[in-house]
Amino acid sequence: MELTGAQALIKSLEMQQVEVMFGLPGGAILPVYDPIIDSSIRHILVRHEQGAGHMAEGYAQVTGRPGVAIVTSGPGATNIVTPLADAYMDSIPLVVVTGQVATSSIGSDAFQESDITGITMGITKHNWLITDAGDIPRVVAEAFHVATTGRPGPVLIDVPKDVAQSAMEWYWPQPSDLDLPGYRPVTEGDPALIRQAAELILAAERPVLYAGGGILKARASEGLRELAERTGIPVVTTLMARGSFPDSHPLCLGMPGMHGNYTAVTAMQRSDLLIALGSRFDDRVTGRVDAFAPEAKVVHVDIDPAEHHKVRRADVAIAGDCRSVIDDLLGALDALGLPHADTTRGGRGGSPSDAVEGAPAVAGSVADSLPRHRLSPWRATLSDWQTRFPLVYDPADTSGGLKPQMVLETLRDATPDDTIVASGVGQHQMFASQWWQFDYPYTWVNSGGLGTMGFAVPAAIGAKVGRPDRTVWAVDGDGCFQMTAQELVTASAERIPVKIAILNNAYLGMVRQWQEMFYGERYSEVYLSPDLPDYVGWAEAMGCVGIRVESPDEVAPAIDKANAVDDRPVVIDFRTDAAEKVFPMVAAGSSNDQIVVDPSQAKEIR
Amino acid sequence: MPAYGTDKRHHTLTVLVENKAGVLARVASLFSRRGYNIFSLAVAPTNDERFSRITIVVDVESAPLDQIVKQLDKLIPVVSITELPPSSSRERELLLATVRATPELRGQVIQLVGVFEGKIIDVGLDCLTVMLAGAPTKLDDFEDLIRGYGIIELQRTGRVALPMLDRSADRTSANVLGFAPPTEKAG
Repeated sequence: MELTGAQALIKSLEMQQVEVMFGLPGGAILPVYDPIIDSSIRHILVRHEQGAGHMAEGYAQVTGRPGVAIVTSGPGATNIVTPLADAYMDSIPLVVVTGQVATSSIGSDAFQESDITGITMGITKHNWLITDAGDIPRVVAEAFHVATTGRPGPVLIDVPKDVAQSAMEWYWPQPSDLDLPGYRPVTEGDPALIRQAAELILAAERPVLYAGGGILKARASEGLRELAERTGIPVVTTLMARGSFPDSHPLCLGMPGMHGNYTAVTAMQRSDLLIALGSRFDDRVTGRVDAFAPEAKVVHVDIDPAEHHKVRRADVAIAGDCRSVIDDLLGALDALGLPHADTTRGGRGGSPSDAVEGAPAVAGSVADSLPRHRLSPWRATLSDWQTRFPLVYDPADTSGGLKPQMVLETLRDATPDDTIVASGVGQHQMFASQWWQFDYPYTWVNSGGLGTMGFAVPAAIGAKVGRPDRTVWAVDGDGCFQMTAQELVTASAERIPVKIAILNNAYLGMVRQWQEMFYGERYSEVYLSPDLPDYVGWAEAMGCVGIRVESPDEVAPAIDKANAVDDRPVVIDFRTDAAEKVFPMVAAGSSNDQIVVDPSQAKEIR
Repeated sequence: MPAYGTDKRHHTLTVLVENKAGVLARVASLFSRRGYNIFSLAVAPTNDERFSRITIVVDVESAPLDQIVKQLDKLIPVVSITELPPSSSRERELLLATVRATPELRGQVIQLVGVFEGKIIDVGLDCLTVMLAGAPTKLDDFEDLIRGYGIIELQRTGRVALPMLDRSADRTSANVLGFAPPTEKAG
């Protein structure tokens, strides 16, 4: 069967079971857009290519399937560079197809030419410039294979216009036809190392399971839970791992790091064994590295061996997929005599506020497991910290506007437990991670490593496309919202009913917080104005329902109103208190021992 | 004192890569992005046209060797990486130099080239272009000795290396990091 390169490309995407792609056409990609008309793949027409990339990321994060975006050459391609960098940092499987000028014009500074494979070399797991239409099916198969296996990540396929227009004989490659002699990702961990890890786990007195995004990528939440419950070891979930272990579980300590809660941060600092599972000792978690968890031995499980010893030397470094390694670790613990816990499991029972503020009530099944006696003093210490240093704010003080934490608590309590939350980057992101209760995996979509402002709106749209059965809320800042809000036009046009909560404090809030704390309250270029733009008017102009909320008693009714809308997006402009800061905080470059708690708790620190 | 580039800071990596467009750029871009220093680099196709071999001398002051190797290994077109310690490998480099050699000094220069088993490949009125292949330390010595005559231009290729042949029964003892290279067609 003879096809054009363009037809072969779309057919190849169909062969990969792509159900939706996000994109925007242009000159060089024109031939590829023609067969889209006849394809089973849904195409969502975005308003800016960056939106296509973040939508594909949101889709990938909630479905576990690779997100697909398609854009034209030159500016189309460079506009999707940020999502590629974002996906690379957060290990999100993405396949981006870019148009390119004809092969005869490459290198001539042709109209809308950019060297996108060169530009994205350092921010993709791999990229391909196709020069022969006959290569298209094989390269597409290779691209999906590379994006989704090993440590997942974004890939890019650059398709020159003449290649898309030329004829090829259709085929679909077998796995053995893939030409990737240098690509052999590890999956299973070394049994000898896993046994060593198990021995360290049974000997530890102050262990912490340090769960990272790799748990979610490996779909290892169940295994993590079994490991925690059988060993009785508490779990911290990093920003990328929120939801991988239920916040309501008595062993969950919540988020560590720069804005982590006191107990999670300090548990790691005082620990004698960190079991890092798919986490990478990011600087936002470790604080000053040479002062990080000084007494801890480290077991580091990561599918990417290059993460081992990169930041912190591991005592036992296991290269492998988290799910497989956790299973093997449970087997090794069996072999070393760790008894099986009662099948009645703790967790899921506590009210939302218990998980955040209350002391963990250790479930019977957990307490009965073997390391119980050794770990009880440790758990008692953690429980004491949780009692003394809960996350706090002053809900009574509404003089400066709504408390963002109060808005988030109300939103959390008024939405289904499996609601998907997307966020941008800044104070609102940290507040959301702190105050939401994540009890289900794949319900938190955010930009962790790259810290991309403007991520929330398009990521929420992509998430809703991937999980139309779920309620999807974006928690956004006013600064972030202005970067990518135009994608709400896409959402309205495509009837994708996402809901956006703007925590509008009229500032670039996180920068303002740093200027207040570290630059002597000299506020440089951070004021944005609460009324410019008029968010309600803007939302309505984009086909959304727009609601403004200024007083605390309007918060819950506005959320209920938003939840009742399911035929279009809703934007709520919550006027929040600009003076509210995110605490706790470990200042950049400081040791995690120098954690700054809420001023009301400062006297509690030793 | 060991010759420049042969001390403990410097390690030779021989990297088998797919012979495809842009692979050298990927390797170079990785070094640049991660802040690793390249001391020298030589690249050419192998006897198997599917692969090229890049011989990189890296400076491990900038990053631990382990990190450099693992990050290189993540590049999809990198097929295998082998570290070649000088003690168990054969390293060679090529040097071309145009040396001032007035008629009265020409004999001395020619004699020196002879001692080092080099070759005169071009002769001018008052200079010579000489070629010398050998171990990097030998080239260092030669460079030192001819400097006194006046070097007009000098170019070295950067070293290439292969593992020293093991005469014991076990041929698999080469210090292979990552995974073993695919069997190359017998030349």
